[in-house]
Amino acid sequence: MKNLVKLAVVAGLASASTMAFAAGDTIAERKAMMKSVGAATGASAAMVKGQADFDPRVAMLALRTMNAVALGFADKFPVGSESGGKTTASPKIWEDSAGFAAAVAKFEADTASALAAPAADLDAFKAQFGAVAANCSSCHQDYRVKN
Amino acid sequence: MLRRLIFTGLILGIIGLAVFWFITAPQQLAADELPNHTANAEAGAYVFSAAGCASCHAAPGAKGDDKLILAGGQRFETEFGTFIAPNISSDKSSGIGAWTPLEFANAVTRGVSPNGSHYYPAFPYGSYRLAKLTDILDLKTYMDTLPAVAEPAPANEVAFPFNVRRGLGLWKLLFLNSETFADDPGVSAHVNRGAYLVNALGHCAECHTPRNFLGGLNHDQAFAGAPNPDGKGFIPNITPHSDGIASWTAEDIAYALESGFTPAFDSLGGSMTAVVDNTSKLTPEDREAMAAYLKTVAEHPRTSTN
Repeated sequence: MKNLVKLAVVAGLASASTMAFAAGDTIAERKAMMKSVGAATGASAAMVKGQADFDPRVAMLALRTMNAVALGFADKFPVGSESGGKTTASPKIWEDSAGFAAAVAKFEADTASALAAPAADLDAFKAQFGAVAANCSSCHQDYRVKN
Repeated sequence: MLRRLIFTGLILGIIGLAVFWFITAPQQLAADELPNHTANAEAGAYVFSAAGCASCHAAPGAKGDDKLILAGGQRFETEFGTFIAPNISSDKSSGIGAWTPLEFANAVTRGVSPNGSHYYPAFPYGSYRLAKLTDILDLKTYMDTLPAVAEPAPANEVAFPFNVRRGLGLWKLLFLNSETFADDPGVSAHVNRGAYLVNALGHCAECHTPRNFLGGLNHDQAFAGAPNPDGKGFIPNITPHSDGIASWTAEDIAYALESGFTPAFDSLGGSMTAVVDNTSKLTPEDREAMAAYLKTVAEHPRTSTN
């Protein structure tokens, strides 16, 4: 019995430490995900601003990247990852987790609907990009704080 | 002896009160200080965007055209108490529809209400006092065309001693810039226009410049960044220092004010999203002017962490 308790305590400690370790990783992972969205946005904006020619393959790549990030993003904010790793996540993510999940779901839906109807020309892509990029500021308004 | 001491104390107290009353008296514009100007609502709409009125006075969470409904009610939780943005809709009793142009100009540029009391500097009249009165008159004419909201906003939640509004006269005396805006003859008209938009209407310093313990702006550290006055986080340094935005070109700054995207295509967040909502409505020339001016301000390292 005593051994069983010991084992449980050790197992508990071990899982707690993995959780702490995982939280550090999670913060780095979600930052890398947002950087991917940033890169995809940059490539898209260059075309929208006329700094680069419109290339449907780049448009597709950008939207695929954003959609892939959106699909897994809400899982990257487990309890325990509120601070550390120079995170700029707002406490509101955990205070209003339903609102945050809805914001991520909207980003996923908007990228998915753009992917379902690939833009054939720059004008069509401008409209898609405008709708998708609006998610950046609306989510950052509530759920991101600078430090 | 004791009697004499009490008597002297009383006299000194009365003199002190009289001095306090005298130096804290609200300073107002006189009617003859208003320019002779035919106000233009369309020009006022532009001032409305440049001055960011809706960012604080629209109802909490309002988006799109709902930002033109100036019901108030947004809460600003500060170390001095919770300030609640008032209703500044065109309603004649709950809003400001009944105000004369002079009353409006005194409110916006002097921080004095129509009944002669001081406003809290959560209302950025310290910046707006630099605004041209013609812009302020245009603004009032435009705001008169916006929807009326009959419901008043809740009152501020501010405790003693900050609930004594008369004391704000002292704050104004200590911290308000008494200068009016003047073009700098050493720089181009473009940069001067940017300085006007950034310092007067845009009131950028109100968040981006650090404050002292009494809430006065520390102008020696202009735009060096500051703790968020309303919650968690830090308002970024926007001077041309490596702690700030030295690596941004003027085009980058103008694009951020248009789209909300930084050069790394991070998206500006928090209260800056409401600012970008406004600056995106300005002309490209005006955003470029703001950017050109920000490239000329003194560089400062980041002042502190939160």
